Amino acid sequence: MRYVALFIIAFLFWLLITFNLAIENIIVGIVAAGITTVLFGKYFITGVNKFIQPHRYFWLIIYIFIFIWECIKANFDVAYRVLHPAMPIKPGIVKVKLNIKGDFARMMLANSITMTPGTISVDIIDDYIFIHWIYISTDNPEEYSEKVSGRFEKYIKKIFE
Amino acid sequence: MNNMEALSTIFICIGILFNLFGCIGLIRLPDVYNRLQAATKCVTLGCCSILLGVFFHFGFTDAGIKALVAIPLLFFGATVAAHALVKGAYLFGIKLGEGTIKDDYKDAVKS
Repeated sequence: MRYVALFIIAFLFWLLITFNLAIENIIVGIVAAGITTVLFGKYFITGVNKFIQPHRYFWLIIYIFIFIWECIKANFDVAYRVLHPAMPIKPGIVKVKLNIKGDFARMMLANSITMTPGTISVDIIDDYIFIHWIYISTDNPEEYSEKVSGRFEKYIKKIFE
Repeated sequence: MNNMEALSTIFICIGILFNLFGCIGLIRLPDVYNRLQAATKCVTLGCCSILLGVFFHFGFTDAGIKALVAIPLLFFGATVAAHALVKGAYLFGIKLGEGTIKDDYKDAVKS
């Protein structure tokens, strides 16, 4: 089942990047998608039936808009710190507890954290994620885990779990 | 069609501006980790904005669709590369720069 899903995704991707519906192109696309599926099928995510549940797509669209907003905020934040003459930075690495399970959901959360204001995810060990933060505003662990991952966790739970 | 041209020019200008901020940050900030912050955020959004401008310029032709497909690829590539560079730099033994106030990762790596 997961091999079929990966094959369909790879083939659609091929059609998008070549943007050509000639018969030769479709044959080459089927061969290329087949090779991809044979080589990388075993690394693909488990639980493919999640692809056909519509409410996940609904939350995904809401999540994308929230994410773009956060991303733009992140850029102005970094631009402000870079252009300010005194460079107001207080960098450090903090440890935040994760509340979500599943490899794919965790990967998406780590990617989202990397793109939000002043944070880069460094590593995940057991249930903790380590984050390099350019401006540590508080010393209270509860408060900064809310600031770093609280915004995204509830959406990612609904989309990928 | 004129409106689309104006929109694409605006997006490309914003992208170039953010790429410039990213480069300034790359020079001004003190250590590897802070420099990567500027490099990933500003440069990724800058390039996404330029690609969006390219899409508005070409519309739904093959070049425009390719620019649109490149946005998620660039996004995932940049985040994974930033993560790998930070982790690699830390495990290689590069110290956090001056003014660092907290390091929780040190204990976790040793144990």
